Amino acid sequence: MQQSLRVFPSDVAFVPPTALVEQARTARRLPEPSPAFKSKADGLSLTIHGLRKSFGENEVLRGIDLHIPAGQFVAIVGRSGCGKSTLLRLIAGLETPTSGSIGFGEDPRAEDVRVMFQEPRLLPWATVSSNVEVGLGRQRSRSDAKVRAEQALAEVGLKEKRDQWPSVLSGGQKQRVALARALVSHPRVLAFDEPLGALDALTRISMQRLLERVWREQTFTAILVTHDVSEAVALADRVLVIEDGRIAHDVLIDIARPRQHGSADLAALEGSILGHLLSAGDDGADG
Amino acid sequence: MSLADTLPRRRVRRLPGADGVIPWILPVVILIVWQVACSTGYVPTRVLPAPSDVALAGWKSVQSGELIRNIWVSFWRATIGFLIGGSIGFAFGLANGLSQLSDKLTDTTLQMIRNVPHLALIPLVILWFGIDESAKLFLVALGVFFPIYLNTLHGIRTVDPQLIEMGRIYGMSSGELFRRIIFPGALPSIFVGVRFALGIMWLTLIVAETIAASSGLGYMAMQAREFMLIDVVVLSILIYALLGKLADSASRVLERLTLSWHPAFQKH
Repeated sequence: MQQSLRVFPSDVAFVPPTALVEQARTARRLPEPSPAFKSKADGLSLTIHGLRKSFGENEVLRGIDLHIPAGQFVAIVGRSGCGKSTLLRLIAGLETPTSGSIGFGEDPRAEDVRVMFQEPRLLPWATVSSNVEVGLGRQRSRSDAKVRAEQALAEVGLKEKRDQWPSVLSGGQKQRVALARALVSHPRVLAFDEPLGALDALTRISMQRLLERVWREQTFTAILVTHDVSEAVALADRVLVIEDGRIAHDVLIDIARPRQHGSADLAALEGSILGHLLSAGDDGADG
Repeated sequence: MSLADTLPRRRVRRLPGADGVIPWILPVVILIVWQVACSTGYVPTRVLPAPSDVALAGWKSVQSGELIRNIWVSFWRATIGFLIGGSIGFAFGLANGLSQLSDKLTDTTLQMIRNVPHLALIPLVILWFGIDESAKLFLVALGVFFPIYLNTLHGIRTVDPQLIEMGRIYGMSSGELFRRIIFPGALPSIFVGVRFALGIMWLTLIVAETIAASSGLGYMAMQAREFMLIDVVVLSILIYALLGKLADSASRVLERLTLSWHPAFQKH
């Protein structure tokens, strides 16, 4: 899957600003953990260059240039049909670009890039813990698979459900199992495709806290596609607004964590991003 | 949790062992009514013998060893025919579900053959195989083939493509994809095919045995008709009913064992 992605040398650290990108400023790097603690599970940086994707006549992405530093939490928002999910699928290697390139800071192993979808996509005929073991990729036949699956389940607070069938879990629990499956291989890039879109409001908030917690603990690079701007500003270091297949705005969310749900700062940011989105929609750019 | 979940559940009162008994109440009542109708002379025994007479006929043929031998012969034919037809149907279902080339190559032909009532082939089969074992096996296998083929194919085609995509993302090889996702996903549909096939298996076998055989349950019934032994005819029919029920129960047990993950098979 990763063969199609060209790998940049890690010293190519920025993308030259173009007319298409309003701000190509390199976003604030997170405080790097000291080298002694640097484990394999640290995030990978991501550099996207001139990325285009067409489905037949329909050009969905029209030139994306983007650099995501290792360990950053990036949210991608936009109207439906703006190409945000396509961008995510390209990053995850589920689609091949029409032109342009996506490079990771280092050559990723297959287990380094994981995706979590809006639907949990659990195997109904496998127990919760076997579902999590699927996430180990080629290592799932190793003897420590069970232990690792249990650790991942403990991380999302579902250890006691390990022998259950997925059909008895609630929607939020299923999504937590899917998160455990994505986490079990200790990925370095985790792509979320509206993972909380189908959950009720309270479950969403507790899932957002869970996502933030595991991201802080495991320090992977997180890319979250969402249509919920408040979710984007609550979770992300940086919000990318995609319009018409291009990055229209690149907003840094420089608010200390843990963030207070509904705080004035977040609300102001949310309002300004929503303003961008809505004004673009009035130009008839609705997708 | 919805509002409905907060309501107190209607408690179903259960007698110990009642679940096993209830399904048999109706057959037993029918037997009793039948016996009474015959004993009082309401139904002449030349039209329908009393259950007690049928039981007596059964006992006699058990003693002579004839009944057991005939049941055994029929059972053997049914099993072998089912295994042959079922495995060919399963193989074609897999091949056509997984490979477009195979599907294009064979599906049209199979659909044409499917629309020929397989019992219409009996004259031809007798010409080909005589009244040998192979004639019956051929017919049973042909009858069993299609339900298993169609349902296996349907099962494989309707496996959730999102799960297959998930499996690919998590690095499953084709073999693993089949073993962990495609086959378990197709299994409920395959079982539907098996249960259809079991019904067709008995039907085909009995018809084939009444027309062209020198042993077996169908043959026993035909012989009895020749000699006006109506109690033996009724006995054979009752045995078909029991064997059919037995085959269905066996497939249910298998279903319950392999589909325990399925919400429809979970005990509440």
